[in-house]
Formats: sequence, structure tokens, C-alpha cells
Amino acid sequence: MPFPKFRLEKTGAPMWFRGLIPVITLVLTFILTSGLIIWGKANPFEAYYYFLIDPLAGRVSFLEVLVKSTPLILTGIAVTVAFVAGYYNIGAEGQLYAGALAAAWLGTVLEGVSTPVAILVMVSGGFIAGMIWALIPALLRVYLNVDEVVTTLLTNSIILFIISAILNGPWRDPQSGWPQSPEIAEAARLPQLAERSRLHFGFVIALVAVAVIWFILTRTGFGLKLRAVGLGKEGARFAGIQVKRTMLLAALISGGLAGIAGYVEVAGIQYHLIGELSPGYGYTGIIIATMGGLNALAVAASGLFFGLVETGAQTVSRALGVPVYLGEITQATMLLVILGMFLLQRYRIRRV
Amino acid sequence: MHVVEMRQITKQFGDVIANDRVEFQLKRGEIHALLGENGAGKTTLMRILFGLYREDSGEVIVDDQPVRIGSPKDAIALGIGMVTQHFALVPPFSVAENVIMGYRDSLSMDMKAIEAEVASSAKKFTIEIDPSAIVRHLSVGQKQRVEILKALFREARVLILDEPTAVLVPQEVDALFDILRNLREQGISVIFISHKLNEVMAISDRVTVLRDGRAISTIDTSSTTPSELAKMMVGRETFGVTRQGEAVADQPILQVERLCADDGRGLQALKDISFVVNSGEILGIAGVGGNGQKELAETLCGTRQPTSGGILVRDKQMSGASPSEMTAAGLGRVPEDRHAGMVGELTVADNMVMEHLSRFTKRGMLDRKAIKNYTDQLIEQFQIKAKPSDRARTLSGGNMQKLLLARVLANQPDVLIAPQPTRGLDVGATEYVHNQLLEQRQRGAAVLLISEDLDEILALSDRIAVVYEGEIVGVLPVHDADIERLGLMMSGVIKENKDAVPQI
Ligand SMILES: Nc1ncnc2c1ncn2[C@@H]1O[C@H](COP(=O)(O)OP(=O)(O)O)[C@@H](O)[C@H]1O
Ligand SMILES: [Mg+2]
Repeated sequence: MPFPKFRLEKTGAPMWFRGLIPVITLVLTFILTSGLIIWGKANPFEAYYYFLIDPLAGRVSFLEVLVKSTPLILTGIAVTVAFVAGYYNIGAEGQLYAGALAAAWLGTVLEGVSTPVAILVMVSGGFIAGMIWALIPALLRVYLNVDEVVTTLLTNSIILFIISAILNGPWRDPQSGWPQSPEIAEAARLPQLAERSRLHFGFVIALVAVAVIWFILTRTGFGLKLRAVGLGKEGARFAGIQVKRTMLLAALISGGLAGIAGYVEVAGIQYHLIGELSPGYGYTGIIIATMGGLNALAVAASGLFFGLVETGAQTVSRALGVPVYLGEITQATMLLVILGMFLLQRYRIRRV
Repeated sequence: MHVVEMRQITKQFGDVIANDRVEFQLKRGEIHALLGENGAGKTTLMRILFGLYREDSGEVIVDDQPVRIGSPKDAIALGIGMVTQHFALVPPFSVAENVIMGYRDSLSMDMKAIEAEVASSAKKFTIEIDPSAIVRHLSVGQKQRVEILKALFREARVLILDEPTAVLVPQEVDALFDILRNLREQGISVIFISHKLNEVMAISDRVTVLRDGRAISTIDTSSTTPSELAKMMVGRETFGVTRQGEAVADQPILQVERLCADDGRGLQALKDISFVVNSGEILGIAGVGGNGQKELAETLCGTRQPTSGGILVRDKQMSGASPSEMTAAGLGRVPEDRHAGMVGELTVADNMVMEHLSRFTKRGMLDRKAIKNYTDQLIEQFQIKAKPSDRARTLSGGNMQKLLLARVLANQPDVLIAPQPTRGLDVGATEYVHNQLLEQRQRGAAVLLISEDLDEILALSDRIAVVYEGEIVGVLPVHDADIERLGLMMSGVIKENKDAVPQI
């Protein structure tokens, strides 16, 4: 043989390397995006300072990071539940809008109730709406084996059309003519948590959701079933676990959590439904869940990190005059790097 | 002079020696059968000849010249063609397009001329096929003919067919054999891979028998008999386990009645299977791999739905029940494929309790302490070399099998289904599994042992049922059984005791 032979071998990465993955990811992302930043006539180090450090320095911008991360944590945890069970829900975006739609409606009828009651009713409403929107792709997947990646993705655009129809039809603002739903009642709004900040009670809801899902996944029999189905359908089925039922439940819970994300955006930030409610929180949730390694606590951390990235993208563009798109490019680059890391950590190159 | 000679070919996959210093010689214009059980190394040897694998050591000689076959392209240039078990055809294309594809890719193609050329080639080799037909519309047998034509069109002088009859119905087999005989007349050499004795006897001029990666012998077909071939194919050293005493079989525990089931492709895999397993006996199901054993095990385990027939566990009808219902009815089972019976990414403890999760949860919450204690206890009792927190996939094959046995046997099932329980295990682990099965028999369980290893069947079973093409072709008490007779039954040469429900 004229050239040395190499072989890819499948092995788990050593522990010390796993710990390094987030660091390597950051460094690689930095290197890959630097070129673009320089092209945008800015100093990459400075840019990254405004991107990742500056937002954490001030009280207002720090709270804004939490605001931004609230829907992201919720969609991240939603996607996590589905992915853990091996159900590839790409439809969190649509399920978020379903929850938002329910919240916008409930918010107008819940006049004069107490805040706790309103929260309880609307969390349930958002959850159920997201679940319903997740139901059809889930049934198709479980009973007819139709690929959920395709169907959940398609249902995302369907709900956007439905919402657009409603906002331009019955809910169109009679005075301004804007396609937006009527303001929700005072009672239905989520309480503010801090002065001079948009931070609202939805952040607490997100943290509670993370805690509950973490508990379910790691401490309950149902969680073990979810993990078993996701990690090895055949083995799970052989051991008597009802694979279809488990997957269906995972899909519905996932949809419900994404629905809650829609609710908190309507009741905590906008106070009405608009077509541009989400700049793709559902899709970012996929990145967040993946980056968190489908571990509920790590997913929450990665949700916070993405909240920082979103806030930072604005800081950096204001400070240095580079386009806000830089934030999106960074997110996308980071996703690719993470996916690469996840794939490559399972292999090792051996000379043979 | 030989067209192809393979000398001292060795090929290893990890720990498995698929080919161990194999010698193989092919004459011009002969049909040479390559006979051996599943896993004997037939496919590997031929994939080396066709350039799909590279041998670890050894020599390939074509027309008395040592050659290096690095890819199928090299093989084709040397006049070697292969039809693999999975066809490589493009369904929306026509037969003619498939035949010339990759062989002659000029930019402009005159389809009419090509079709005529393909047609004349088909005629020359007496292959009946319409060159303009779209491949998607063809039957499996016709697709196979396209593959053969593809190889011949590339001027193959050596044609390798890997288990070509596995996908064919009997009439198609006859048609295939006619084509092969015609090719032989034209001086083409055919290598015919099979594990079916009667087919090898019917079509081949010479036979090379492979067993456990070694070439046992090459002989003229006319000077041998099916029973001699059967012996060469399956004979192995016997194991050192002994059964104690006659079975105290008295009570039917598992009754299977006229069970039918399809395989993954929707073809019938089990045809009216009936048998009884009594308490305190081991019924061995013998047979060459691929005769319905897998489907039988899956149907009994509840992971495959039967199309008709009954499965009675202690007189309770369980046909079509789910795996968890089967477990609840007292039917324990280890999976045919160890990896498919557990979730490798979960821990040993998780896998241990997965079958009876409700016993280890309190109000939905996992009782971690109970799980740990239970697992520790079974690890000790079954001598599993692992910690409860190890990921199951990191265990060796033997320890995985122990884990699965422990999971099942801890519940003292009335029935134990054990398909290929020692496949791929080393001698020590094999003996361990054998002793466990005998212990279950002693305890009074009804044990169904499905195995392709005849010695294992003979050493453990009280009665032996033989499956061939999804049917039970006979049931014998173990003292009436010998390797030769079983070999003939396994290859479908003789069928006896058509009324397969055993009398005791
Ligand atoms: N690509 C492979 N990787 C690992 N093991 C293999 C591979 N191909 C074959 N084997 C192993 O080599 C042995 C011989 O297999 P094979 O040649 O397919 O047998 P046969 O065709 O006679 O049934 C088997 O134990 C099989 O599991
Ligand atoms: Mg083979």
C-alpha cells in the first residue's frame, strides 16, 4: 500500500473531552465567524465582548437576557421531551403559535378573575392547544409510520396561515386595521417581576417546567420508559414497554410545553397575538435541546445562553454597527459546530 | 488449469474469523456450489473475490496470474461478476438502461440500438427478459435475471450467485437452473452459494463445504450423498453438558396450534406450526437458519403478530398478545439478538427492571434503592461481570446474555423461549447458558430451545422438532435422533411425522 491506512473507530469520548466540548464549540464558532465580523469592519474580539460579556454587566440588559431566554427555555425543554423519546418534533414553532392563539382568546374572556386563577387556566389552555396541534403528526407517526420531521414541519406553516386568516378576519383591529388580536384583559397578563424591565412571571413558569421535566426524566418510571424508547425501540418493545403509547405521550407533552411558550409571550410581553410573535423560537429550541445534550438542566442553561446571544446580537450591532444578522449567523454556526462535535466525539481515528 | 484460485484466504472481522486459510479452486465451465450454514463465511469469501472486501492474507489467482482485486471494477475487468443477496438496480429505469449503466456511459445514447444489443445478449444466454420493461414492474425472479444479464453483458466468465434461490419460488428456481446449465455449456463458470442440500445436489458439478470459516472439503457432487454433505456442513465437537435423567414431562404448558405468520416482507414464514412443550422438558427446534426460526421466536415472544393459529400458555389463549401480556402470563423469553433485547445506552440496572417496571415504582417514582438491591442480587446470583451503573452495551456478549437470562429467570417463568441462546458466545459462557436451561427444566419449566447448532440441540433437548421452510417436518425423541437423519430433515430431503403434534 502506497499510503498509510486509517480507520474510523466507534468509541465513546473520554470524560475530560466531554467537559471540553462547550469550550471547543465556542472557540471554533469564534474562529469561524471572525472572518465575517472583520468583513463587517469590526474587531472580532470587541464584537464578542459586546456579544457575550457586555449584556451581563448591566442590570437592565441582564434582565433582558432572562426575558429573551424565557420562550427559548420552554421550547428547548419541549423539544427535549420529544427527542428523548426518539420523536423528532420539528413543530415546536407551530405548537407555540397554537398555544399563543389559545392564550389570546382566553385572555379576552378572563375578565376580572384573580391572577393565580388566570395563570392556571391559561397555562392549561396553552398546554392543551399545543398538544392538540401536535396530535395529528404524532398519530400519523405512531400508527402509520409517517415521518414526523416532515409533518411537524408542515404543520408549522399551516398554523401560521390559520393565524393570519384570523388576524386579518374576525380579530382585525377595528380602529387601526392592524392584523392583531384584541388586547388581553389586565387580569390575564403575567405579573412583572422587576421594575423598569420586561421580566415577567413567565420566566418562573419556564423554570418550573424545567424542574418538572427533569424530575420526570430522571426520577420516574415514565421517564425511564421515555428514555428506553428513545435509545432503543426494539429493546424497549421486547421488554414489554408500549412503544407507540410512550412516543405519543412524549409528542403531546412536547407540543404542550411549546404551547406554554406561546402563552408566556402573549401574556407576558405582547398582550395580544401578532403574526410575528416568534422569530423562530421553536426552531432555536431544537438547537438548544441539542446543545443541552437532552439533559433538562443543561437545556435550561443552554436556553439562557441563547437568550444572551439574542440580546448580545442587538448590543453588538448598536455598539459597532454590524448587522443584527450576525447573531443569527453565530447561532447557525454554533449549531453546525455542535452537531459536528456530537458526531465526531463518537469516533476516533486509528492508524492501521 | 483453473479460472480462479484462492489460496490460504484469511479474513477477520474483529474477533470473528470469517475465513480461515480457505482454499478454493474453480474450473472453466463448471457449476461449483459453495455450501455451508449461515455464518460459515461463504459471502465473505466471494465478496473478497469480487473486490468488496480485502483479504487479510492469502492470494487470489486468475488465469494463473496473481491479481490484486481492490474493487468490483477490478473484478469486472478480470471477467468476474457477482449477483449479491440485495439487488443493485435502479427501479425507474428500464432493463436495458440498468444493464448498460456504469458500463458504457457515453453522453448520447441510442436507446433503440442498446435495447437491441441487450436483447441479443439475453437471447444468447437464454435469459428471458424484455429489455424495454421498467425494472420497478418486474418480479423478484425477473430482477435477478437482470442482475445476471448485467454481469454477463460485462463479459463475465465467472458468475457468482449469492444464495440466489432464497428469494425465488420453486418454479423460478427451475428456470434459474436452466439458465445456469446453459451458461455452463458456453464455458462460463458459476459459483452457486447455498445452504440447501437438495439444490446443491441438483445443480452443481462440484461442492466446496465451508464450516466456521474453514473449507472442509471439495468433492464431485456425483460422488457424494446429501447425508455426507449434511454431516460435513453441521458436524462440530460436542459440548460437555449432560442432562440428568429422563424428562418428567407430564403437563402440557405451552401449546402451539396451527400457527401462521409472515416475515418482514409479507411472505409466509410459518405454515401451520403445531407443537407442545410439557413442564420439565426441553423441546429443541432444529433447522438451518432462515427457515422460520426467527419468526417463530418473535411470534411466541409477542413482538410479531401471527396471521392465524393459537398460542396457549397453561390453557390460556395468548395468540396476538403483547410482550408485556406474554410476560404476565408466565412466559419468559430471551431475545434472538441480544442487542435487540436490551437498550444498550441504558444502565444494567435499568435494563434489569425494565420488564417489570411497575414493581419498582412507587406512585410513579422509581424506587432507586430497590432497583439497586435487586440488580446487585442478580449480578451476584448469575455471576454477571458488571456494575449496576454500567451501560449495558459495554458488556461482553456472554455477560449480556447473562443479564437477559437473569432478568427473565428471576421471575421463575413457566415457559422459557430461548432462540439461539449461545450464538456468538465463548465456550465458558455457552456452558453457563446450557446449565441454566437445564436448571429451568429441572425446576419444571417448559423450555423451547431454538438453535441452528445441532450438537446443542442434541445435548439439551428431550425431544427435537425440525423446521424446514416454515413447517415442522418431524418431531423425534432425542434417543431416535442422529446427526445424519436430522441433517436430511433439515435440508428438506425427508419429511416424516407430518402430523407433528407429538405423542408421548
Ligand atoms: N462486514 C462484517 N462485519 C463484521 N462481521 C462480519 C461482516 N461480514 C460477515 N461477518 C461475520 O463473518 C462471519 C461469516 O459471515 P458470512 O460470510 O456472511 O457467512 P455466510 O454467507 O456463510 O452466511 C459471520 O460470523 C458474520 O457475522
Ligand atoms: Mg451469506
